[in-house]
Amino acid sequence: MRGFDKRVGSYAEALDGLSDGMTVLAGGFGLCGIPENLIAEIRRRGTRDLTVVSNNCGIDGVGLGLLLEGRQIRKMIASYVGENALFERQLLGGELEVELTPQGTLAEKLRAGGAGIPAFYTATGHGTPVAEGKEVREFHGRPYILEAAITGDFAVVKGWRADRFGNVVYRRTARNFNPLAAAAARVTVVEVEEIVEPGELDPDAIHTPGIYVDRLIQGRFEKRIERLTLRA
Amino acid sequence: MALSREQMARRVARELRDGYYVNLGIGIPTLVANHVPEGIDVMLQSENGLLGMGPFPTEDEADADLINAGKQTVTSRRGAATFDSADSFAMIRGGHIDLTVLGAFEVDVEGNIASWTIPGKMVKGMGGAMDLVAGAGNIVVTMTHASKDGESKLLPRCTLPLTGARCIRRVLTDLAYLEIEGGAFVLRERAPGVTVEEIAARTAGKLIVPADVPEMRF
Repeated sequence: MRGFDKRVGSYAEALDGLSDGMTVLAGGFGLCGIPENLIAEIRRRGTRDLTVVSNNCGIDGVGLGLLLEGRQIRKMIASYVGENALFERQLLGGELEVELTPQGTLAEKLRAGGAGIPAFYTATGHGTPVAEGKEVREFHGRPYILEAAITGDFAVVKGWRADRFGNVVYRRTARNFNPLAAAAARVTVVEVEEIVEPGELDPDAIHTPGIYVDRLIQGRFEKRIERLTLRA
Repeated sequence: MALSREQMARRVARELRDGYYVNLGIGIPTLVANHVPEGIDVMLQSENGLLGMGPFPTEDEADADLINAGKQTVTSRRGAATFDSADSFAMIRGGHIDLTVLGAFEVDVEGNIASWTIPGKMVKGMGGAMDLVAGAGNIVVTMTHASKDGESKLLPRCTLPLTGARCIRRVLTDLAYLEIEGGAFVLRERAPGVTVEEIAARTAGKLIVPADVPEMRF
């Protein structure tokens, strides 16, 4: 009986079924909390024409920047993509499409997607280019725009610790978009630094309950620091 | 004399109150954290999921899992909390942040702000700025009063794509502290040694000058 054991034996198995044209939700903020080995595996697989939903798009040669190198991303939905020269070249060259989305709206789109809410109203972006073509409705005398939820075919998520049942704990600000991505995809793949036995994690301290997690793998992480800034 | 970046940060820091939860943007707003007045305690929110941001780390303390919204390594202070991005923006969009300080390219007399993109240059994205200006009731914009070639950034109408509409009421520039009321900038304070005429000459939007405009003191 496999029961609730979500572990898979390899990164290849972790992403089995990922195919061209799919939508992938990726956790991470900058390089903090990115599923670095799962991204490397997508690079290795060579899957193309992906729509990738992530707050950022890595940096040149690191994180989602690897998928830009492989020309595997057709469309990027993100709030900030300013760290990446290759991104700019592909965008200007028409190889890549980008949908810039306010960071809070992006988070809420994923949260709504995971919670079965198809759309929501928000004040964010009203009166700006983000509002173009979107329904506007007033509540209590203030205008709000209608934003649609996001769901994905696959989510690639980086946790800190998980038990075999896929209950996940994140660490510090490496949590960011990871739990939101985890809940909003048809197939959620989580890589963690350590897998423990069920019962070892405090049920009150679980960030992503195992119901959201389909596949789990333990990896080794570089955890590159994007901007090492020290106290004088 | 126009205010230095440090003086601008010190002036904004006077808006801090004991017990405030505060979000500081990148640039001059970040410097405000160095000038919290004696005898008050504030908690800094970083929108990537940290309430209770501390100073930059020592080499030993640096932790790849603990960064600020500018992707710099930081520390967390005693009593800090971490959370996901949806919770972080629930704090922001739900109006729970007591004071937001951010930079801008332009503001106008209607309280519109443009701060995220200059058409024709690479579009980097708005990050959390649109959420911050839409969600916060209490915002101070910090910016230089005019561009390097002397063009006013306080306008009758923003020319760049907006970050938010009708959401700004207070602006601190290197020359003045102003409030936006009734379709005009109201001049509340002058930088030391800067005359009302100098400020008026660099303000393209309608400017109201009250009878008394005190000089800032440092």
